[in-house]
Amino acid sequence: MSFNLRLIPLLPFLGATILILFGRKWKRDTVLVVAAGAIAGSALVVFDAVFTALPAAGAGGLTDVVGTWFAAGPLKIDLAFRMDGLSSVLCLIITFIGFLIHIYSSGYMEHDPDFPRFFAYLNLFCGSMLVLVLGDSLPVMFIGWEGVGLCSYLLIGFWYQTTANADAGKKAFITNRIGDFGFLIGMFLLFQYTGTLNFQEITAAAAPGGALMQPLWLGQPVAFWAALFLFIGATGKSAQIPLYVWLPDAMAGPTPVSALIHAATMVTAGVYMVTRLHALYLLSPAVMAIVAIIGALTALFAAIIGFAQNDFKKVLAYSTVSQLGFMFAAVGTGNWDAGIFHLFTHAFFKAGLFLCAGSVMHAMSGSGDITIMGALRKKIPWTHGVFVVCWLAICGVPFFSGFFSKDSIISGAFGTEVFGEELAWVAKLVGILLIAAAFGTAFYMSRLYFLVFSGTETRAPQDVQHHIHESPGSMVGPLVVLAIGAAVGGFIGLPGTLLGHADWNWLAEHLAPVVGPELEVSKNTEVIFMAISTALALGGIGLAYVYYGGGYREPARKFAAAAPGFVRLVQDKFRIDELYAFLIIRPLRKLSQAVFLVVDRILIDKVLVEGVGAVVDVFGRIVRGFQVGDGQRYMAVFAIGVAGMVYFATRPTVPSTLAVSVNGTSVDVDARRGGNTSERALEYSFDFNDDGRPEVTGSEPSAHHDYGKPGEYTIRVQVRDPRWGTHSSVKRTVRVPEGVR
Amino acid sequence: MPTSYYLVLSFALFLIGTSGVLLRRNALIVLMGIELQLNGGNLALLAFSRQLGDQKGQVLAFLIIALAAAEAAVGLAILVGLFRGRQTVNLDEITLMKR
Repeated sequence: MSFNLRLIPLLPFLGATILILFGRKWKRDTVLVVAAGAIAGSALVVFDAVFTALPAAGAGGLTDVVGTWFAAGPLKIDLAFRMDGLSSVLCLIITFIGFLIHIYSSGYMEHDPDFPRFFAYLNLFCGSMLVLVLGDSLPVMFIGWEGVGLCSYLLIGFWYQTTANADAGKKAFITNRIGDFGFLIGMFLLFQYTGTLNFQEITAAAAPGGALMQPLWLGQPVAFWAALFLFIGATGKSAQIPLYVWLPDAMAGPTPVSALIHAATMVTAGVYMVTRLHALYLLSPAVMAIVAIIGALTALFAAIIGFAQNDFKKVLAYSTVSQLGFMFAAVGTGNWDAGIFHLFTHAFFKAGLFLCAGSVMHAMSGSGDITIMGALRKKIPWTHGVFVVCWLAICGVPFFSGFFSKDSIISGAFGTEVFGEELAWVAKLVGILLIAAAFGTAFYMSRLYFLVFSGTETRAPQDVQHHIHESPGSMVGPLVVLAIGAAVGGFIGLPGTLLGHADWNWLAEHLAPVVGPELEVSKNTEVIFMAISTALALGGIGLAYVYYGGGYREPARKFAAAAPGFVRLVQDKFRIDELYAFLIIRPLRKLSQAVFLVVDRILIDKVLVEGVGAVVDVFGRIVRGFQVGDGQRYMAVFAIGVAGMVYFATRPTVPSTLAVSVNGTSVDVDARRGGNTSERALEYSFDFNDDGRPEVTGSEPSAHHDYGKPGEYTIRVQVRDPRWGTHSSVKRTVRVPEGVR
Repeated sequence: MPTSYYLVLSFALFLIGTSGVLLRRNALIVLMGIELQLNGGNLALLAFSRQLGDQKGQVLAFLIIALAAAEAAVGLAILVGLFRGRQTVNLDEITLMKR
């Protein structure tokens, strides 16, 4: 069914354009009305599409073909949008949370001189993200994919006056380029073997036994490699091992940006892409295993790093990496609903947590150091309340949103059959890693909560303490809305089968036309893992309380003293950045330096630039001698030149096309110049062997010679003017054939 | 009289004119040398014109005489200007083209 989907990304793009062109001269309120209005308009269109048009549409969802973007040979790409169950969920998240964050930012960025630029970028981001999720083919998705990358770069480095911020932006951008390389290769492979890049057609082509199943490299089918390369793109955008390193640094950007781009929307693009191409991924159990293991490993690894971080936003950043790992573990185990479900609930509670971080830092005069916080419970009660809800949600405490989504991921990992017999161990491994990661999540989030909000005294200096105040209504309002979402968001994906009402799982029903029916898990498994999840959440919170309840406690100090090396290692994020610097950046830099020295300094600077100069200089030095300024000398040179030219031009010549006729073994040569009846007496000499001894000489311009035997001979004819001694000569090769007698 | 006589005279005139142009240092003499070169050329034109019975050579010679008159006028004017500026017409002392 057709629907005017182009409006959805167009409105934010319009907002961004207007703000970039005119925003600088406008009052802040006007800027806010334009920016938030654009998103609100877009959100209304989305609501209309999702709740009115989409249920009425068939399985294909809503489509909107703007026109042909480009066509080259067999490749024809339409600028086309499609909204189905999957993209509609993402659209709701983007526009709704995007709108809330616009409102929040109006308070957070109130005193920033670059207010209009910030909102222009935010609008640009929302538009790009909507293109990403609505695009009906990989190239259109790639527009959005790169667009959000650009906005991420622009917003991480928003306060570019500080070098560290600009560097963080560059790091994010470059790391993502590596991933995008994989994305492109995956796209090329798909096109080469299916001849299309449209999602519907790829899904149709991804049938067992199709072109995608033929072996490509290392005995693995095309589907494996295409999916793997696309997944590399996803690891870049969604901050998974090994390309996760940019996300923690991305916290250099303003906090609303961290909430919107680096928690709720952009970083989930990889999960969305894998889900979108689920048919392709399902063709290869091996690639599914890779996705699941990478996801689970990232979930645990990032959670462990989160244990020892002392910056509010850094903890949340690693938490985001970890939660994205959960999502990949879900999609890797074929549990598509759970992945998108967790994406949805995570968008709410993580955006809420980040906005709380912004509110806390706002209160703490801009500092995010949790070691100097504590006892903020009473001083900023609204923020505290919201944080508690979001904290319980991410820990997976029963009936908060994170509980349902995380539980469905873990139980799905143990219940999945997507890997087949051979790789069945993957499911167990992933499940165990996830259980550990879920426990870790509860622990580091509770540590954060206790260190920031609990206790009786704030560890900050007095002057900071005096300024602690609750944030304005424009910031608290969106926080409360997000907290409500974080609390009840889980009810869109109730484990319906368990409760005997399969239709209670609204999300699974909504997604079923796209990704197929929900992953079936037996009731027993479901109940067992619900119990385990609850235990994990409460256990993590309990352990954190023992260590950090009310501030740094004795066990925490003891642990730090017992294993200082390990604590330092975790604090340093396992020194992965340093490892990359050693393995990749340093050799690259050395290589660049070498190329600079050889190519730039020597080849270009010395040889090409200075070389050209030197040649001209030497030539100039020589020629300068002739430039005496005396007209008469110039004239003398001129006269000599003319005399030389006359001498040369008037010498006698033989036509270069000598008339040679072969008759048996004898040859006739005629050196007469056609039409030129010169009366000059000339001397001709004919050297039939080119041996320097002419056979025939005289004033006759023609001659005859008999070689006597066949072969190849060179004839040289010279003509001379006896009066002036001028002469010229011409050489010809002549072949006397055999057997002609 | 054979054409070659005229041609020898023409070549002699041209050669004298050329040596005057190249060897003398007085600009006035150089101008006179140029006149001689032109007239050497004229004589050759007339000789060929007579030999071939073609009037075009005569016409061209007239054109060259007119041109030579104009050239002399301009050249002398330049010389006068040069003398006013530099108090000399010695070509060795006039090497403006070097700087």
